[in-house]
Amino acid sequence: MSTSTVLFDLPGPRARRRQRIGTVLGGLLIAALVGLALWRLGINGQLDPARWAVLFDLRAGVPQALGEALLNTLEVAAVGMVAATLLGALLAAGRLSDHIWVRIPVTAIIEFFRAVPLLVLILFAFLFLPTVGVPMTAFRALAIGLTLYNMAVLAEIFRAGILSVDRGQREAAFALGMRKTQVMTLVLLPQAVRRMLPVLVAQLVVLLKDSSLGFIVGYLELLRQARALVEFFNFRFGDLYTFQLYVAAGLIYIVVNVLLSQLARYVEKRTARSAKTAATEQVEEPVDVQMGQGGGGVGAPR
Amino acid sequence: MQFLIDNFPLLRSAFLTTLSLAVASGLFALVLGTILAGMRVSPAPTLRGLATFYVEVFRNTPLTVVFFFLFFGIVEIDLQFPSRFIAAVAALGLYTAAFVAEALRSGINAVPTGQAEAARAIGLDFGQSLRTVVLPQAFRTVVPPLGNVWIALAKNTSIAAGFAVTDLTAALQRLANVNADQILMVFFAIVLGYLVITLPSAWAFRAIETRVAIVR
Amino acid sequence: MRITRYAATFAAFGVVLAGCSSEAGNEVEDAAQETQDVAEDVQFDEGTTMAELAESGEITIGTKFDQPGFGLLNPNTEAPEGFDVEIAELIAAELGIAPESINWVETVSANREPFIQNGQVDMVVATYTINDKRKEVVDFAGPYYEAGQDIMVAAGNPEGIEGPEDLAGQKVCSVEGSTPAQNIRDNFPEAELITYDVYSKCADDLANGNVQAVTTDNVILTGLVAGSPDEFELVGNPFTEEPYGIGLEKGDEEFRSFINDVLEESFENGEWAAAWDRTAGAITGEEAPEPPSVDRY
Repeated sequence: MSTSTVLFDLPGPRARRRQRIGTVLGGLLIAALVGLALWRLGINGQLDPARWAVLFDLRAGVPQALGEALLNTLEVAAVGMVAATLLGALLAAGRLSDHIWVRIPVTAIIEFFRAVPLLVLILFAFLFLPTVGVPMTAFRALAIGLTLYNMAVLAEIFRAGILSVDRGQREAAFALGMRKTQVMTLVLLPQAVRRMLPVLVAQLVVLLKDSSLGFIVGYLELLRQARALVEFFNFRFGDLYTFQLYVAAGLIYIVVNVLLSQLARYVEKRTARSAKTAATEQVEEPVDVQMGQGGGGVGAPR
Repeated sequence: MQFLIDNFPLLRSAFLTTLSLAVASGLFALVLGTILAGMRVSPAPTLRGLATFYVEVFRNTPLTVVFFFLFFGIVEIDLQFPSRFIAAVAALGLYTAAFVAEALRSGINAVPTGQAEAARAIGLDFGQSLRTVVLPQAFRTVVPPLGNVWIALAKNTSIAAGFAVTDLTAALQRLANVNADQILMVFFAIVLGYLVITLPSAWAFRAIETRVAIVR
Repeated sequence: MRITRYAATFAAFGVVLAGCSSEAGNEVEDAAQETQDVAEDVQFDEGTTMAELAESGEITIGTKFDQPGFGLLNPNTEAPEGFDVEIAELIAAELGIAPESINWVETVSANREPFIQNGQVDMVVATYTINDKRKEVVDFAGPYYEAGQDIMVAAGNPEGIEGPEDLAGQKVCSVEGSTPAQNIRDNFPEAELITYDVYSKCADDLANGNVQAVTTDNVILTGLVAGSPDEFELVGNPFTEEPYGIGLEKGDEEFRSFINDVLEESFENGEWAAAWDRTAGAITGEEAPEPPSVDRY
């Protein structure tokens, strides 16, 4: 944030007053807009407490269903994360290999899986793998799709992390007579991995969002479960709870992901303080990776 | 081959829909994202807070959820988009703007402090130094990340297929359903459609990058 | 951390509200389910699909999770319920398999035929229209129900839509990949067709006035109308025939004729009608129709 604080002087008394007035006016404007929205919601009966109570009514099964769906989402994200991290590390090492016959195929694998939409990978796992005798479930298809896409992304991030370790470290290690593998495992990786930790946590956010693509194979993650609840209630009560259920699903995503982002920031602060990472540069997660695959997708026709 | 010719009108209109979706929402996201990035480095704490809030919310929400709210949620506050296409552009643009803002902010932070100090020293105010000194340099360093955001956006337009916009993915579903025997051909045509957008974009951004790169 | 404080507030708010009751909660509590009588000591010839299934005591069945009255996921039991589900349970019961031992799999988009071909499900009961194109890759038992394509409009029918011809120039919503959508596209090209992935989105669009009509099989529309009787109404003029069959692996003649036997038996002994009354019939309040005749092709 160094640049941004240089861009303006510390506000003087007049500027501070202006800012205060601006803040108040802006605040009023926002409050008015929010109020207007709430008022319209109220007119349409969307703020009726009974409508919102369904979210917390144990007898209607909504809290249980959403809780379980959240667990499903977390479960597939966790499995995908662990597998993608392991495979991604292998691929990164392969891409940095001295042997061209390792480097080239590994590069091709990484580029291929980064370029193919996640949805296609999931459908491929779901529809094609069983034909060659791999027993398949919705969970496995989703986990495989998430793993393949994220391992390619993580491989690139790991590579950046390893390259970010100060060149002197590597040269010093070689000068000490270490072998290639030793340099990598004893010197470069331990430093790079510390630097990568925040990025790894941040990647979980992307995985969580993308797990909502699981609906295409009928995996009951958070968004699909919210839709299932909407459809179940719609048929008995009309669209009495539609708005509430989608709001609940959206809020759960935001809360969980903000907590994860917060964790990533905390880890980042801790690692930044540690002297053990002094020789590495900051590695940030690329913005396009954070965009994910949209975390949702195309339809499931009848 | 005959199959491709038979369905050419649908494929062409689907391709154009995907392309215009991506371009329109890309421009919208660029404008909104730039404003947000400016707000995030501004002196007014309210603006900073607002922009941070916006970015955090959209970064942590699946795009499909954004779509759901713009298509079916805002009706509850008596608002409505004139067409599905515009609603889809709004959803994609609002979502992508958060990432454009993040890319720009990291670009602004990458501009050496000396540049901003120099700009302030010769008497430029906040707006001037941002507009004439910092942002032009920031835009150059963010060419690669912005290019990647654009390509991700082009892939993400496929979500609109779930909301009754007939883009390439919607065409894929329609054609795959009636031409189960030609499924490879269908996939080939659709993937080609996306590649025609993303590959030249990747090359173009690489070319721009080498031209505008600042050697430090 | 501030975030944790927000989370705590939110949680506390939730605990307070957890004491509240909602209409949905009351209703769910009242709902009771009847179950089938499960056959015991079933005997089948060695090597048939029936023998294998009876032996394992389990069966995997694909169905819809989002079709009111036919197959709709109940979040409380985590199992689908509806007419399709009851029919499937009837067949499972004849194999000596209790409803609890059925593995339900949601069949979505392009996966019905591949599921059957890959053996990921033992059968599919999912508002699955029998047609010749599908018969090339899978076999069908049944039909066990005859639906027909119909039109749903806003209450009061402001556009005066009485049949598919009246759809010209109107926006009409259906689901991509469904036979009704294809029918509109092929035979009524003057209608402006808008396709979603699920019917609930179509219903939302009709309620918002974004489309003037929703078209698909009448039984599906009936489920939607039942949910919002103040908002929607059914035109009630079916213009196609959609025989629903049970999809199974191509060439498994024994299993197909076994299912056909079970269906015919249920037509005669009233179980079929009872299943209808408990599910789809409970929505419409209509009596069970005359069962269709099984097509043993």
